[in-house]
Amino acid sequence: MTMLNELTIAEARDLLRKGETTAVDLTMACLTAIDASDPLNAFVHKTPDIALERARAADARIAAGEVPAMCGIPVGIKDVYCTKGVLSQAASNVLKGFRPEYESTVTQQLADAGAVMLGKLNMDEFAMGSSNEHSCYGRAVNPWRRSGDDTALTPGGSSGGSAAAVAADLCLAATGTDTGGSIRQPAAFTGTVGIKPTYGRCSRWGVIAYASSLDQAGPMTKSVRDAAIMLGAMAGHDPKDSTSADIPVPDFEAMLTGDIRGKKIGIPREYRIEGLPAEIAAIWDQGTAMLKDAGAEIVDISLPHTKYALPAYYVVAPAEASSNLARYDGVRYGHRAKLGQGDGITEMYEKTRAEGFGHEVQRRVMIGTYVLSAGFYDAYYNRARKVRALIKRDFENAFADGIDAILAPISPSAAFGLGEVGDSDPVAMYLNDVFTVTLNLAGLPGVAVPVGLNAQGLPLGLQLIGRPWEEGDLLNHAYVLEQAAGFVSKPKKWW
Amino acid sequence: MSIDIDTARKVAHLARIAVKEEDLPALAGELSAVLNFMEELNEVDVDGVEPMTSVTPMRLKRREDVVTEGGMPERILANAPDAREGFFAVPKVVE
Repeated sequence: MTMLNELTIAEARDLLRKGETTAVDLTMACLTAIDASDPLNAFVHKTPDIALERARAADARIAAGEVPAMCGIPVGIKDVYCTKGVLSQAASNVLKGFRPEYESTVTQQLADAGAVMLGKLNMDEFAMGSSNEHSCYGRAVNPWRRSGDDTALTPGGSSGGSAAAVAADLCLAATGTDTGGSIRQPAAFTGTVGIKPTYGRCSRWGVIAYASSLDQAGPMTKSVRDAAIMLGAMAGHDPKDSTSADIPVPDFEAMLTGDIRGKKIGIPREYRIEGLPAEIAAIWDQGTAMLKDAGAEIVDISLPHTKYALPAYYVVAPAEASSNLARYDGVRYGHRAKLGQGDGITEMYEKTRAEGFGHEVQRRVMIGTYVLSAGFYDAYYNRARKVRALIKRDFENAFADGIDAILAPISPSAAFGLGEVGDSDPVAMYLNDVFTVTLNLAGLPGVAVPVGLNAQGLPLGLQLIGRPWEEGDLLNHAYVLEQAAGFVSKPKKWW
Repeated sequence: MSIDIDTARKVAHLARIAVKEEDLPALAGELSAVLNFMEELNEVDVDGVEPMTSVTPMRLKRREDVVTEGGMPERILANAPDAREGFFAVPKVVE
């Protein structure tokens, strides 16, 4: 017997429409699961009152007739989304106590579609991190463990709380954001599905900014079909975000035909990096074979500037962050340091930011400040932006040659132990993003699909990268991969 | 590119982040490690390449230059650490 909180969005929607369950029952099942999930530290602000109020409203809408697919579906919201009247701190002490007076466009659209917010989810501070270890709430923990070993593992980052919550069935789905892999890597580490849409597909309005030319919102779900359903509710043009695309949102779910015969799948040879672990290479080969068996044509392709994506990302993203995070000055919201005798406004800024920002955020803000400073702007920032143009051109060339989607690994390993990748060597942690940052730089959509388990029983995923604005076609490829892989494993409950 | 302690102090000040004097050597080391890693970008031939600005060529949307929202000082000030008489309050600034 499947518990209600274990359902997919599609299953719950169908039961709701048939009158075989209610939004209140679904919500209660999730709230019960959340209350028993403290060791995961995924939900950091619980909003049961809002959830039950919205669930009752959803039940009334369902009773009245035709309703959107997300109506009555309980979801978790990453802490980086501003939610009216509910703490929204982006896991940072500098935003301690911040209750926005407004709602982000994406969460408003979800609410309008009838989705039920259960609470806010843990993440790396300001979405800067690949392990959810940099959070004012403390680390989130992966529900998965290595077989025969109770080492606490990372759920990935920065959307680690979202991934852990979906994998542990605390909610039916969750929102994430992806600036350099923050949806896809946690999805891979937890055996869940996550899509980073094309830049501009979802509004960034009310999503606390990290690097504005890279940030994109997206869904994290238990299946590809759910990702298609939820993305449909999150996407769309928003006049309040000047980079939001004014193009129609198709019915993504209707595009899941399961037929990719004759499609060309690119396998980028530069992703076969030196030292690629055998288990990652093996799962990539298996995924390739699955798509081939489904009738796709496999094509060896070259994306020659791949190697430079990571250093380019770690110039561009911190540069934008240093500018975006200048707003945290202790004046308009959040934390303000206690001042000493004779302290002026500069000391107020410096002490507030030293106390409010965690170590990784401080490091990235200072790197960004440095690469934008006089004398270094051209050498670092402008050069990185040019390399970015070349990375984008690599993808354009591949797609111009008729490639429909690109299949690649997501991260160089399965979920690693919390504390295993050291804080003293930031570059070691940055290497986690080697396969994911490329498409943020190019603005392309990418979807993570769980494909198998490694020898230690941990999930391994692969990503499919698509053409701009063709998330529907991309999700169809992902759907085929999901069907072929038949990944049904769940973490064994220990929490 | 290696960052010395003076440069680390200067960057911290530009970023308006207070860093204790004894923490500067470690910070300089960390920043140097990250910058060394960025040096790889110098291998790329970027002659004649325009810096990327947007994903798909899009004209920035325009709208009427009119007031669309406003008249809500209480809501604007609701999250301020120190707000008085309809203003954000800060330490005295003497230039």
